[in-house]
Amino acid sequence: MKRDIILAGVGGQGILSIAAIIGYAALEQGLFLKQSEVHGMSQRGGDVQSNLRISDKGIASDLIPFGKADLIIAVEPLEALRYLPYLSHDGWVITSIRPFLNIPEYPDMEKVMEEVRKLPHYVALDADEIAKEVATAKAANIVILGAASPFLDMNYEKLEDAIRFTFRKKGDEVIAKNLEALKAGRKFADDHMNS
Amino acid sequence: MQRLLLLGDEAIAQGALDAGLSGIYAYPGTPSTEITEFVQHSKQAFHDNVHCTWSANEKTAMESALGMSYAGKRAMVCMKHVGLNVAADPFINSAITGANGGLMIVAADDPSMHSSQNEQDSRFFGKFAMIPILEPANQQEAYDMAYVGFDFSERFKIPVMLRLTTRLAHSRAGVVRKPVRKMNEGNFPEDLRQFVLLPAIARKRYRNLLKLQDLFDQESEISSFNKYIDGPDKSLGIIVCGLAYNYLLENYQDRIVPYPVLKIGQYPLPKKLIGKLMDECREILVLEDGYPVVEESLKGLLGRGVTIKGRLDGTVPRDGELNPNIVAVALGMEDTFGLPVPSLMVNRPPSLCSGCPHIDSFKALNEVLADLPKGRVFSDIGCYTLGALKPYEAINSCVDMGASITMAKGAADAGLIPSVAVIGDSTFTHSGMTGLLDAVNDKSHVTVFILDNGTTAMTGGQESPAFGRIESICKGLGVEEGHIHVLKPLKKYHEENVRIINEELAYPGVSVIIPRRECIVAVDKRIRDKFKTKQNA
Ligand SMILES: Cc1ncc(C[n+]2csc(CCOP(=O)(O)OP(=O)(O)O)c2C)c(N)n1
Ligand code: SF4
Repeated sequence: MKRDIILAGVGGQGILSIAAIIGYAALEQGLFLKQSEVHGMSQRGGDVQSNLRISDKGIASDLIPFGKADLIIAVEPLEALRYLPYLSHDGWVITSIRPFLNIPEYPDMEKVMEEVRKLPHYVALDADEIAKEVATAKAANIVILGAASPFLDMNYEKLEDAIRFTFRKKGDEVIAKNLEALKAGRKFADDHMNS
Repeated sequence: MQRLLLLGDEAIAQGALDAGLSGIYAYPGTPSTEITEFVQHSKQAFHDNVHCTWSANEKTAMESALGMSYAGKRAMVCMKHVGLNVAADPFINSAITGANGGLMIVAADDPSMHSSQNEQDSRFFGKFAMIPILEPANQQEAYDMAYVGFDFSERFKIPVMLRLTTRLAHSRAGVVRKPVRKMNEGNFPEDLRQFVLLPAIARKRYRNLLKLQDLFDQESEISSFNKYIDGPDKSLGIIVCGLAYNYLLENYQDRIVPYPVLKIGQYPLPKKLIGKLMDECREILVLEDGYPVVEESLKGLLGRGVTIKGRLDGTVPRDGELNPNIVAVALGMEDTFGLPVPSLMVNRPPSLCSGCPHIDSFKALNEVLADLPKGRVFSDIGCYTLGALKPYEAINSCVDMGASITMAKGAADAGLIPSVAVIGDSTFTHSGMTGLLDAVNDKSHVTVFILDNGTTAMTGGQESPAFGRIESICKGLGVEEGHIHVLKPLKKYHEENVRIINEELAYPGVSVIIPRRECIVAVDKRIRDKFKTKQNA
């Protein structure tokens, strides 16, 4: 088993919590893991990514080679496209379609979506909208995680456990909301896989 | 066996704690900050009363660590690569004095300049100081090196450098711990003149350092961090340093390299092992993250003899960090690639948070300077450096911590009047205060903005060393009280702020303007922390 994942977003959007939840679930299953993160300057609203590698064998490089990522999980559509050189030919892109507009020259959204729709394998969803419906807007990243869950080669219950662990100090209500967000994302993916 | 999931930085901190660390000294700087922060949040460190408050800058940190070593205890000092420039004086001289309690200097380099103004390689500094250098390939080695490095330091009474790069500093993997060792009791150096670098003693100490070099060489030959791994294909031999080892292995499915490989994790370079590789192989490829330090020393001045491939002959790019693809190409393998980036892609540079106090300061400053020729604002390093970018384009320099005030002074001396400096509160106490004294003594015509957001924001919001004392420091340095103004950088005070700045620009001496409003990220964090403690109470 091996999953090489690029997590992408804008500084402050919470991609590291997605990484932490998948990472916890992986460790609980006795898998090896390497996760490279971005700290520092880019966290001020710049583009950020994290390389998350999970395997049942030892992992060499902290960085995923170009063309080898099984998954790109993005909380922002333009950021999903930024890392396409890493995507393997049968890899999937899971992305939110909600743009983060903090640059003046953000490309035309329709054109961005056109590029997303050109991808061979993708799930694209308005994670903010879904999160607001079933939980709170804050849980958008967990909705994305739910949408990515069918592709992680991991037991869904293990992800639920990881969420319970991650939010254990925040109380039962927060845990319940995040589990709902996870479920809603999962359902969307199950209904909308494009191939 | 318990596997802890740790960043390279955190592995270093845990390794040092388990080795009986008594104190860690540092000024924040990416990618080294998380080492000290880990100790600050560690229950073990809290329980054992490990010293772990931030220092004003890397030089004071280095000297404090040296003092702790003098007193017989184990000390670590951490910094980003450019911090070592600031600490260079005590660093180089600590090799001459030598250590008493174990002393480790951690230098975190930033090839590709993810968050830095250069990509200098700290191994040069280690070599310059003539001390042993450890360079981990992964998180486990980071832990192990921090753990055993202190023993090494105490055995030879010498400071040891631990060098790593951003990628390892900020990447997590499982780490297995070793038994926790007790702290040293503390003791005086055997010879009370060891640390007195008067010329007569310094000459003796320096000769001692020179004598140690042979022993360091021998240690490198037998170190478990330097490994010769034989391979059947002798057409190429590979010397691979630190993290680059992982990129090499990544390119072989079963992790078996067909060529002989010498993995380097401890310097000075093991000459015999390198000799063996050079005797057996027709060509040598050097893979190292950072400058071509090893490559240059193998090539020598003329580059005659065995062919050495690496950054200098273009086999590997001359600048930037390594990755698995660069290594694949250097090995003559086919490069891999996914899909192209769509042509509509644009950059998303970092930017000031909306609501940031610096924005209001730049708006006021820009308005005041609007009618003057552009190019008179010298600035510094911190969040406010982002004021160089659109839409503000408010500053014209960012060189090194503290350079704003002194460069503005020099420019004013050259006749550029008015001349403005813009510096953050933490940068001011790091290296700005001495420059301000120069300006006061010279009565330079400069207007110094000390942007006081109450925190060291750029590196994640560590406390600001002179919180609440900026005006009194300026007064103490001799700035006239009437020319020190505290402003509130908010839209509603804009006109008033512009008026005050205008007046001070005209004053032919040193004025200090302190726009004071808390960083909004810090406010947010403070409120959340308060909420948390309330909940827990
Ligand atoms: C010698 C050196 N040490 C540390 C750093 C890392 N660094 C860059 S900016 C900064 C903090 C600046 O804080 P402050 O001046 O208060 O500005 P703010 O980010 O809060 O606006 C630090 C620690 C550096 N670039 N150079
Ligand atoms: S972190 Fe604070 S100082 Fe930095 S840009 Fe944001 S608000 Fe401004």
